[in-house]
Amino acid sequence: MITPDELMTITASRLLADNRVVFAGIGVPTVACALAKRRQAPDLTIVLEGGIVGLRLRAGQLPDSTNEMRAAVDVDQLTGITDVFLAAQRGFFDYGFLGCAQIDQYGNVNSSVIGDRAAPSVRLPGTGGANDIASLCTETFVVTRHERRRFVEKVDYVTTPGFLGGGCARAAAGLGFGGISTVITDLAVLDFHERTKQMRVRALQPGVSLAEVEKATGFGLLVADDLGALPEPEPAEIALLRELQGTG
Amino acid sequence: MNAARADLEAHRRPLRDKVVSAATAVELVSDGDHVAIGGTNYSRTPMALVFALLRGKATGLTVSRPLSCFEAELLLVTGTASTLMTSWVGIGHGWGLARVVRHHVEQGLAEYQEWSHLAMAMRYRAGAMGVPFLPTHTMLGSDLAADTGARTVECPYTGTTLLAVPALHPDVTLVHVHRADRYGNAQIDGYPFLDVDMVHAARRVVLSAERIVEPEELRRSPRETLIPHFAVDAVVHEPFGCYPHECYGEYEADSDHVAEYMRAVRGEGGASAGELACEGARHYVAEHVLAHDEFGGFVASVDEQRRTSLRARARELMPR
Repeated sequence: MITPDELMTITASRLLADNRVVFAGIGVPTVACALAKRRQAPDLTIVLEGGIVGLRLRAGQLPDSTNEMRAAVDVDQLTGITDVFLAAQRGFFDYGFLGCAQIDQYGNVNSSVIGDRAAPSVRLPGTGGANDIASLCTETFVVTRHERRRFVEKVDYVTTPGFLGGGCARAAAGLGFGGISTVITDLAVLDFHERTKQMRVRALQPGVSLAEVEKATGFGLLVADDLGALPEPEPAEIALLRELQGTG
Repeated sequence: MNAARADLEAHRRPLRDKVVSAATAVELVSDGDHVAIGGTNYSRTPMALVFALLRGKATGLTVSRPLSCFEAELLLVTGTASTLMTSWVGIGHGWGLARVVRHHVEQGLAEYQEWSHLAMAMRYRAGAMGVPFLPTHTMLGSDLAADTGARTVECPYTGTTLLAVPALHPDVTLVHVHRADRYGNAQIDGYPFLDVDMVHAARRVVLSAERIVEPEELRRSPRETLIPHFAVDAVVHEPFGCYPHECYGEYEADSDHVAEYMRAVRGEGGASAGELACEGARHYVAEHVLAHDEFGGFVASVDEQRRTSLRARARELMPR
């Protein structure tokens, strides 16, 4: 049996093309990148915010932080935090790749506070480099479990900008490039309408119905005219993923 | 002339022996100061200096750090700090949420000023460069920009809108380095993080060092000397000075010790969970910080075999 996290990790890994540079958050994004590197994208360059360029994950040795020694083994470059973020701002990085706590219909992500910002009911850890990654990379993928409490009409707090209020709002705020291009979940792959920038279901995970996706989403989703079905993960992919995570 | 420059012009640091104890060094910190803490998350945290702050008198500090870990909890729960300026707080990633920080912020006992990671970096860099702000494309349009009061500027050449990240000049910066000489010239191995900018931006600077070496030794590899003596006020010799956090190439983080902290702050849930977490953190401070006059006592309280194995694991991870 494949777990929801394994499923979305595999789906996400398939979206990464070879010979690109990806600025990845820790956790599922990093693992999906490492899986892609062992499959269709051997020359994918993984960047971590601690200052790592060219991460090479060793099976069963996943780092818990983008800043620790375990992430710095056998890398192309170990540089400064500021340097990697400024390389993103310069435009070197094709993909940003993030997880999230809460996302809205325009792809804005909240990782700061649930509830009133002045007196939050939950204080979350905060942006880290997520805001910068989604502001500065050429396109950004978000991977998350598909749950109604995560997919909300309007996030309590815009930690990380997607398309802000939709339409041209992102560019109007001064962000003349980038944006969340794709959301990968255990139920579907979603993108954003070219003009309105509303979230749209692109393809369904195997055995998942559109009604299930809509039920797990707290706002009205657009649906692609050519709504697709995602292929089953291959046994080899699952085995490789588990080997990487040390759960095989 | 801005105040930080005026302060620096009046505060020259002649070449002299700056080696002091941690307790003496943190006397540079006054109530309500802004203290920047080097490293990130659980990497190269100047823990010996943080512990000295916890033992010292200063209260109500604003503490800034790019990514924060359990040191932020200890500083808040003791009243040493009342404001955090950071992009992220957690106890590593594997260990879970920062319960004590959560309690303080949710109950209005402390303020969390959240900037993006790059914005923190640009704040220190602007300070280090001696300019009042730096333009960047990051954080635009977000609630982080709105809440921090960060303003935008229009590029005078292209008309592009940019975020004007304001310079940060910490009153005191605390950084742990691998090697320093007695004058404060210092070398860092591995991840540089934001430490060099933090040092140049600050009004006063305290370094702790794994090793104090002769100046001649550093002169053999001057390219590796990232911090110059003229930026440093005090040097403290603190072997194992980041423990239980990691120091690149020297020792790995002690996940057993951090797990022990996490058990101490794990309340049983319900309304009192936050208070139980604080009680656990206070207990930790009493047992591991206040019970020792200096950091060396805390280090010595850690099983020697465990320290040896943390050193061995770090060596295995080094390039060869």
